Amino acid sequence: MGTLAFDIVHFLSGGMLVLSLLLLYQARIPAVVNVFAMQAIVLALSVAWQAYLQNAPHLIVTAAIALVVKGLVIPFALHRIVRRLEIHREIETVIGGGPTMLTGLALVALAILLVQPSEAGIVTREDLAFALAVILLGLLMMITRRNAVTQVIGFMSIENGLVLAATGAKGMPLVVEISVAFSILIAFTVFGVFVFRIRERFDTVDVTVVDRFRGERGEHQ
Amino acid sequence: MALILEFAGQAVQTVLVVAIAPLILGITRKVKARVLRRIGPPVLQTYFDIWKLMHKEMVLAHNASWIYRVAPYLVFAVTWVAAALVPTYCTDLLFSWSADLIVIVALMGTARFALALAGMDVGTAFGGIGSSREMMIASLAEPAMLLIVFTLALVAGTTQLSAIAALFTNTPVGLRVSLGLALLALICVAIAENARIPIDNPATHLELTMVHEAMVLEYSGRHLAMIEAAAAVKLVLYFSLIACLFVPFGMATEERSLSALAVGLLAYLAKMTVLAALLPIGEASVAKMRVFRYPIFLGSAFAAAALAVFLLFVSRGF
Repeated sequence: MGTLAFDIVHFLSGGMLVLSLLLLYQARIPAVVNVFAMQAIVLALSVAWQAYLQNAPHLIVTAAIALVVKGLVIPFALHRIVRRLEIHREIETVIGGGPTMLTGLALVALAILLVQPSEAGIVTREDLAFALAVILLGLLMMITRRNAVTQVIGFMSIENGLVLAATGAKGMPLVVEISVAFSILIAFTVFGVFVFRIRERFDTVDVTVVDRFRGERGEHQ
Repeated sequence: MALILEFAGQAVQTVLVVAIAPLILGITRKVKARVLRRIGPPVLQTYFDIWKLMHKEMVLAHNASWIYRVAPYLVFAVTWVAAALVPTYCTDLLFSWSADLIVIVALMGTARFALALAGMDVGTAFGGIGSSREMMIASLAEPAMLLIVFTLALVAGTTQLSAIAALFTNTPVGLRVSLGLALLALICVAIAENARIPIDNPATHLELTMVHEAMVLEYSGRHLAMIEAAAAVKLVLYFSLIACLFVPFGMATEERSLSALAVGLLAYLAKMTVLAALLPIGEASVAKMRVFRYPIFLGSAFAAAALAVFLLFVSRGF
């Protein structure tokens, strides 16, 4: 693989990681959705570049799915949900910028340390490290956020990381990718329903109220 | 003869950074005003301001100690030395061996220390709050700056500015995410260090959240002129640093002909003008931050720089 080809792989997957950290940093929900859309678009570019490098046309399909579903459809739907829930002006208070970012950095370091000893080539190793970091950051986002919508976005960005890992290592069958994409869509729908149910019952999408909820006779009756 | 020429080369750079500093500041002010749909002062206004302050009467507080009187000159001198060391139009000048990134950081730390002391010297509440905030910003910005230095040292194998610039000009280092992140972090640090929006507002004395202007509120006359000049030189220093590290193209490296030097000089002036125009546009598009958000802003600079170091480890191995 030529240096330029390698540099572009490095640039795109590094860009995904940076966008993951940006997701952690953003406090406004529409901004989070936009960053997520950007990440999906970078993922699509990265996958398309891999399709060209590996000469694997089925990866083009993966790229198209990433671009259309995660780059356009889901962000659009999320924007609608956010507007209907009237939380587009809300700022999440839980985001402790410093500690969250430091934890995020520690997770990136952990991912790199885990992948470092592997015997794979430098390109695969780098790709795996980035993908693992994106997955861990998505998990961190699901833990630290209290808003149901941003938790959903954390979940989706985990899936972005999985696709990145799968395309970097050669030969993920298309069937797997399509089924993953569909399960994401279904999960998204289910999440959407849940978000509205939570909202209906508690008048908020802050999931900490669910923790306090102890059945129908609880404090929220 | 060779020594004289080398000395002349260094002297040109030393004089140049001070000579253009008020102009660069003037350009940023002019562009800022135009972006905000005002006419703005003439580009040369900063020169007139400094000239006027030089001839104004100086008012000293009764309890001002020698620190208060020495600090402006010290700040200006140290900033000037730092700015004169950063390669501008040509690498490998006479004093380039001492132009180490860590030296630059240390010199800026010295200047900041002197100014913070002077801010507290008279004992007014405003000066104290300015100094304490300046120290808070410094304690957040310096780790980020050192991580940027590490990143560059890992890529270039040296922390000597002249060598880094020569390396980046002559050998293709490729598309490196690390360098992009380091640039991002350096821009954040530069904004914080130069007291620009969103960290600080350089255009007003009337804001409770101001930092730099609060420290120098008591100064007048030629002391204030020194401080203003030092602020202008500091802006040029950071612009030169960004230009030298990330866009060193056009700089005269090996060839020392007159044409190469002229190209280097013109390229440097062009880069300064572009940066001086970009800064106010960026400033006009964001709002000033609350003081409690500084750690997040500078923390993200730190995060970007740390990420840059990590990424270099992945692609290079330990």
